[in-house]
Amino acid sequence: MKLLSQKHTFRIAEGNLLIIVIVLMVILSFATKNFFTANNLRNLVRQTSVNGIIALGMTFVIISGGIDLSVGSVVGVSSIVISKLLVSEMGIFPALLIALVVSTALGMLNGWIIHYGKVPPFIATLGMMQAARGIVMLLSNARMIAGLPKAFTGFAQKVIIGFPSLFFVWLLVILVTYILTTKTIFGRNIFAYGSNIEAARLSGINTAKVTLSVYAMSGLLSGIAGILMTSRLGNGIPTGGQGYEMDAIASAVVGGASLSGGSGTILGTVLGALLISLIQNGGNLLGINAFILQIIVGVLIVASVWIDQKRKNVKS
Amino acid sequence: MEGRPFLEMRGISKQFPGVKALDKVDLSVFPGEVHALVGENGAGKSTIIKIIMGVYQKDEGSVLLDGTETNIPNVIEAGNLGLAAVYQDLTLAHDLSIGENFFMGQFPRKRNGLIDWDHVFSKTEETLKALNVDVNPRLKITELSPAMQEMVAIAKTVHKKAKLIIFDEPTALLSNEEVEILFDIIRKLKENGISVIYISHRLEEIFTICDNVSVLKDGKHVKTLPVAQTNQDELISLMVGRDLTDMYNINHFPKGEELLKVENLNRSKVLKDISFSVKQGEIFGLFGLVGSGRTEVVRAIYGADAIDGGQVSFKGKAVQIKHPSEAIALGIGLLPEDRKHQGLALSQTINHNINLASYKAISKFSFVMGNKERARSEDSVQRLHIKTPSIHQLVRNLSGGNQQKVIIAKWLCCESKLFIFDEPTVGIDVGAKQEIYKLIEELTKAGHAVILISSYLPEVMGLSDRIGVLHEGSMSHIVEREDFKEETLLRYASGL
Repeated sequence: MKLLSQKHTFRIAEGNLLIIVIVLMVILSFATKNFFTANNLRNLVRQTSVNGIIALGMTFVIISGGIDLSVGSVVGVSSIVISKLLVSEMGIFPALLIALVVSTALGMLNGWIIHYGKVPPFIATLGMMQAARGIVMLLSNARMIAGLPKAFTGFAQKVIIGFPSLFFVWLLVILVTYILTTKTIFGRNIFAYGSNIEAARLSGINTAKVTLSVYAMSGLLSGIAGILMTSRLGNGIPTGGQGYEMDAIASAVVGGASLSGGSGTILGTVLGALLISLIQNGGNLLGINAFILQIIVGVLIVASVWIDQKRKNVKS
Repeated sequence: MEGRPFLEMRGISKQFPGVKALDKVDLSVFPGEVHALVGENGAGKSTIIKIIMGVYQKDEGSVLLDGTETNIPNVIEAGNLGLAAVYQDLTLAHDLSIGENFFMGQFPRKRNGLIDWDHVFSKTEETLKALNVDVNPRLKITELSPAMQEMVAIAKTVHKKAKLIIFDEPTALLSNEEVEILFDIIRKLKENGISVIYISHRLEEIFTICDNVSVLKDGKHVKTLPVAQTNQDELISLMVGRDLTDMYNINHFPKGEELLKVENLNRSKVLKDISFSVKQGEIFGLFGLVGSGRTEVVRAIYGADAIDGGQVSFKGKAVQIKHPSEAIALGIGLLPEDRKHQGLALSQTINHNINLASYKAISKFSFVMGNKERARSEDSVQRLHIKTPSIHQLVRNLSGGNQQKVIIAKWLCCESKLFIFDEPTVGIDVGAKQEIYKLIEELTKAGHAVILISSYLPEVMGLSDRIGVLHEGSMSHIVEREDFKEETLLRYASGL
């Protein structure tokens, strides 16, 4: 077996993951007649797109050796901000812009606290998770915001050449993040930083820039996901995004990202998100108890890391 | 000394891959004796200590405790046999009290099963008082001064009924008054018949507190003498005085312009008025004992640490280097002492590590040109003879020597003009060492400058054109190549 290398598009882990995802899809197509229907697949993709985008932001943070627990709350902030702006008759594009600026700013604030305050990422983003959700409740008065313009809510329902519009947004994000992580100096630097922050600093990498950027990216992508989620739900919901951080972390980890930093891939996270979605969607269609599905996903997360650790030990 | 030694080591040998750390060493310590162990870095002192403490297993020879041949399989057994050590990084639980540290794992219990805290603290107080250490046993370790923490660590070994206590550089953190308190404790230990092994490079202390001294050199036992029958100069000449092999002799080339000038570099409590200069094509050696400030000097120049005063000039221009990126931009590259944790991103590939500090040169609008990245790595691997099946091999899988070459390649790609090597050949086998020396020679041939930190005299003497000797944060002497003498350099480094 060839050793791990970044040259190849797929590492061994991702190749396996792709096979598992395909096999699972095939099995589900035969196991239940409702799986392989246009309607189900589109819904599956719509839900996975939202989670998938957040997971991609999380991947940046995890590669850098950190964690972002605030993504769910930032999704909520983005959702309520854009809902309120649209209801107050602001144009869609300015509203989008503002919502994204706010989410990115929250992410940057995380990064700033972590780098300059030397607060551990877990704590900084835990605090942000609480505080941001508080902001959501304040802004929305803890009530649903209805009356969003049809032009906005219709977006999530659009289907372009058979695929849901959300899918194309996800695809775009995948493309951009893939290029960023594999082809830019910025990407190289995140890996170096995540692998060994002191060696990165002594090699001239601007560590402040890396910290701020990865958390800003996470904030931005959470903002995008929040907007898409709002379009899909049709309303601004104050509890929107709750718990999303867990799915995001799970997707990245199943996809091969290591919480100790220095490894992780965009494609791996995409596959991880797909796999978890498939289990939940397919299991649902098969009538499996939702709680059992929860257990299965939990086992999957631990198993992925367990197997990955074993593989690492065998090599060294 | 009368009676039988408590510890007797006969013909102890220990081999590591590529290096014979101990070669048939003898050592005996009697009860109530304070026995000094001296020798340069790499002489074998810490190896023999680790064998006594059960951290390493000897390859050959025998260890006798109280006349009986004994095996010391691990650290816990060593403790049970009455062997204890006080290292520089004290093994105390910082957030617990002194009493809790003493009784850790062995708390006395009352009849109802709860811990008998009264007993814990009264017994602790007793032990401390017996050593004249006046401190409240309920205080947490973090609330104590470093000196007091060390006294507590020593008291803990006494509490654990140690029969032999090893002190490894005990006075590094102590003031003169505190050193006196330490010596009083050691005298008390002597009175109680405890054996003491005392390791220190501060030779004057050995003449104050020790009874006998054993000299190790290159893993061999040179001589054991009563302290009263020798002096510092004799000890130093026993510690060095070897045949310099050819390995360290490289070609030296004509020097060019002055490249780096350091004037009155100051860092509170660490560096005092350091001044020196380095020319193109020159190898400037920095020699000094542990704690003398060598790494701190280069880190200060490199912008890795802040300085409190002084001026650095590069290529004739005064510069303010506040961050490594500024040093790199000027053309300075640092190969840190701890190459694994400061010089390399171990989980990344050779390809990444070689290009790590110089992506701008092979990128367009921040997009890395993968083919140039690879070409650079392939070229470096070839030129420096880095042994690897592919440039996509993870750096953690390389040997120490090859890892070092990757770091050198990284700086060559940055077109560095000044290379700072901090202990470049530690943990590297002889063959790889020679390759590194050859690379250093080639750097100077190309007109680059090198600062070389090494605590191994033959190495720093063979390679350097001049040597700056550091002693407790100041550069006491700068010695020209024609005046290089092992004894002289070691004396300067010891502050004599």
